[in-house]
Amino acid sequence: MLNIGQIEEGFVLDHIKAGQSLDIYYKLGLDKINNTVAIIKNVRSNKMGKKDILKVECDIEMLDLDVLGFIDHNITVNVVKGGVIVEKKALSLPKEITNIIKCENPRCITSIEQELPHIFVLTDPENEVYRCKYCEEKAHKFLKKY
Amino acid sequence: MRHLMSPLDFTTSELDALFDLACDIEKNPKKYAHVCDGKKLATCFYEPSTRTRLSFEAAMMNLGGNVLGFSEASSSSAAKGESVSDTIRVISCYADICAMRHPKEGAPMVAASKSGIPVINAGDGGHQHPTQTLTDLLTIRNLHGKLNNFTIGLCGDLKFGRTVHSLIRALLRYEGIHFVFISPDELKIPDYIIDELKEKNATYEEVIMLDDVIDKLDILYMTRVQRERFFNEEDYVRLKNFYILTKEKMDKAKETCIVMHPLPRVNEISVEVDDDPRASYFKQAQFGVYVRMALIMTLLELEVKDA
Repeated sequence: MLNIGQIEEGFVLDHIKAGQSLDIYYKLGLDKINNTVAIIKNVRSNKMGKKDILKVECDIEMLDLDVLGFIDHNITVNVVKGGVIVEKKALSLPKEITNIIKCENPRCITSIEQELPHIFVLTDPENEVYRCKYCEEKAHKFLKKY
Repeated sequence: MRHLMSPLDFTTSELDALFDLACDIEKNPKKYAHVCDGKKLATCFYEPSTRTRLSFEAAMMNLGGNVLGFSEASSSSAAKGESVSDTIRVISCYADICAMRHPKEGAPMVAASKSGIPVINAGDGGHQHPTQTLTDLLTIRNLHGKLNNFTIGLCGDLKFGRTVHSLIRALLRYEGIHFVFISPDELKIPDYIIDELKEKNATYEEVIMLDDVIDKLDILYMTRVQRERFFNEEDYVRLKNFYILTKEKMDKAKETCIVMHPLPRVNEISVEVDDDPRASYFKQAQFGVYVRMALIMTLLELEVKDA
């Protein structure tokens, strides 16, 4: 039996695809905070076979739902206050994301002008396709952390 | 204030208005000879492109305006490390409208976001070249008489040719167009373009030999097949002649078929075809000036009242 300490205020991200928790950890900027963070990998799951879970002790306003929606809108976001789950937030695909991923196209203007924000726009919601606002290169969600 | 980044920035009815204006300019050039008096076009070309730049400059001069600019990055402040955003802010103080070519994709869009004047994308890497597409559409409309219900053959390098991709996307907004893609397997049209054709329920076929289909085409759009696109010299030598348009091949084409090419041509259209009345590529270059004149007027919101 695996026991992870209860959190007082923060969030629990459940149903993360197995193996993606570390990527989400970086994309949410959790490596830059000093709070308690639990990364639980390869948890047995009836629904998914295997899944990852992230528990973060922090101010709940910190969570950027757009980032999570972009990575995987099937992740369950449980908001914890006073040690209990008070809310489950639904995720949707954001219309636009800024500086979450980098454009990988070497011919893109962002490759030479470092101060430009890396903006990706949702162009095909059905197939969850994002394209670079400048060069229209398709986004690769998990190639590199920003 | 409007910019032009992609040919799809304009609706089809806006394009109709633009093409009507271009046609009127062609018929009554004197009427438009002073519409841009006192206005300046900045041609900011970060990579050389003689025809496009001269076409823009001729368009502005025909309207009575003046031009200023640079024709390669080394003679601009980009060589000192200035960003596109800073350059366009400065150019906005000097000119009324800007045509920008840049080797990096999306650069004109970055410029447009910071610009105080309309920006026209004059080609950004392999991404977009909207005024070429507008030129192609005007050529088809004027010489074929309509922008719907025809069979167009696109021949040559369909894999890397941005001109072709852009034209297909623009034509997908019109009805009854049958596409015939003529290319070697190595240079086939990319899957994502085929997906767009399927999505729009457009009809298309892919063939290898121009000879097999030339008789059914209303429009033949030729492009250059470059040696460096092939994996080996043997394949290039074997295939190159299939994609050269000759007088013999033209003998099989319809009397009304028009032959287009974005130019420059190397050897993919024999010079003997130039005298054929169906050869339309030099007329296409002329239409390019008219459409750029109409575009400059539209973006500057200038009108000429009929006397």
